[in-house]
Amino acid sequence: MDHTSTLERVIRGALITCVLVFFLFPIFWIVLMSFQTNETILRIPPSIVFEPTLSNYSALITGKLETTAGNLDIAFMRNLWNSFFLSAASVLIALALGIPAAYAFARFRFRLGEDIAFTLLSFRFAPPLLVLLPLSLYFKQLGLTNTYIGLIWVYQLICLPLILWIVRGYFEDISPDIEHAYRISGNSWLKTFWKIAVPLAKPGIAAAGLLAFIFAWNNFVFALILASADKQPVTVGALAFVTASGIQYGQIAAAIVLSIAPTLALALYAQRYLVEGLSLGAVKG
Amino acid sequence: MRRALPYLLSLPALLVCIGILIPFFTAVYYSLLRFRLNLPAMKGFIWFDNYINFLSDAAFWNTVKISLVYAGLTVGVELLLGLGIALLLQKPTRFNNIASILLLLPLMTAPALAALMWKLMTNPNFGILSYFVSLLGFHDFKWASDPSTALFTVTLVDVWVYTPFIMILLLAGLRSLPKAPFEAAALDGVPRSFVFFRITLPMLLPYIITASLFRLLDSIQQFDIVYSMTQGGPGDRLMVFQVQSYLEFFQYTNVGRSAALLIVLWAITYLLSNIFIKQWLKLRERAHGGA
Repeated sequence: MDHTSTLERVIRGALITCVLVFFLFPIFWIVLMSFQTNETILRIPPSIVFEPTLSNYSALITGKLETTAGNLDIAFMRNLWNSFFLSAASVLIALALGIPAAYAFARFRFRLGEDIAFTLLSFRFAPPLLVLLPLSLYFKQLGLTNTYIGLIWVYQLICLPLILWIVRGYFEDISPDIEHAYRISGNSWLKTFWKIAVPLAKPGIAAAGLLAFIFAWNNFVFALILASADKQPVTVGALAFVTASGIQYGQIAAAIVLSIAPTLALALYAQRYLVEGLSLGAVKG
Repeated sequence: MRRALPYLLSLPALLVCIGILIPFFTAVYYSLLRFRLNLPAMKGFIWFDNYINFLSDAAFWNTVKISLVYAGLTVGVELLLGLGIALLLQKPTRFNNIASILLLLPLMTAPALAALMWKLMTNPNFGILSYFVSLLGFHDFKWASDPSTALFTVTLVDVWVYTPFIMILLLAGLRSLPKAPFEAAALDGVPRSFVFFRITLPMLLPYIITASLFRLLDSIQQFDIVYSMTQGGPGDRLMVFQVQSYLEFFQYTNVGRSAALLIVLWAITYLLSNIFIKQWLKLRERAHGGA
């Protein structure tokens, strides 16, 4: 492996560069576009030299959109807040429900335990619409359509299995001996769980929570079916915004940038946890 | 108390999920009904007629075909590309690590928004990609709005979003392989193609199978990208299962048929996921026993 020739290193470098360009160029280009007006966006040939403008962002943030057809009120910031609120609340609830269950699955061999675990895992593989379409009719009867509670409940479909399976793997890796020792010295079961097991599984909990937040943020179909404009997250809101804004391409680009920036920033900030969560969740459990 | 503890701990999670299980059974029931939201009077139990009608329905077979082609094509390309990139980045150098982190970004982009990004880039008036292909001589390339290139375009977006997923899993796999066989092969001067096909690939196989089945299950159910890009069009060119059943439900208000379509899709994924879970458990066993 140490005998790599210069030629090989050059080829490797060139290939990696191509790969990086393919995967990063779209993000780069949309960011550039978000600082332009239609005038420079529509230029042929396209050029990366332009006078940057913040007008797209200020239009989105103030909610006043100037189109050729006149002024338009948009609720994009509302969508952004919805995304944040729905994802954060869903993850917190999923952690509260999922960590004890994950511990139970990891520590106790109990009847039905494996069955329940598999049922939960199989949610991961059922077509979402299979549950969502009947649910949309039920929600109408229950008055849960277009409510945060209804959406957060359905978001458990994404968050709960993920947290359960990743955290369960971490609990399984902790030696029960440590817990036994702590219990023998006279501590209650609950205290052992809270003071020993949970802190030791912290990296797993962080990884699972982070992934769950990102997947919840990126979800599209749940809110498309169960929410109207005022409760919609950015994924659905951006699509509606494209139709509403007509041909203000810079504003569409700015809306996309604002919508993807939080998850991308989070991913970069906590990439170590993320890679761990992704590979553990899928390969190891 | 001691015996009830595990049940108590998992009960809350279970209760939340039961609320989600009920609509699942409702869907099974709906699929046996003649049930149209706009014609409530016609509602009635018809056993398997919705399914039987599929057999002679060209639209249904088009959906089956396009879903399978879509899943096979995207996962095939993503697997080859993901494996290639993982091999390129195998050595844990600083540069390679940074590159692998940056490659996570498309995966962290919401697929529905990724579709919008590519829509802007493939716009016939100003899209940068339309400009690039016009330099190559394709002046009237219509990307997702042309039936002959729609599948290609949507596959491109899917590949952009999901290749990093396979790459990350295979990279983790590659880096966890035992060193000894490779050192022995290097000492003996074994040719590298031989090492790759006879040592690396077989040892990586469990990871490859897991990663591609994971993706296959997702891809056959793809909704976000296809819906945001073309809503199943042009015509019915990209009418994959979930898009078709969504339109069946909300546009044609044919609940029975929509549910039956989803049950067929679920049967396909159930079959695939059974294979997947078996493979996955085997891997888990190895990871826990071997380490």
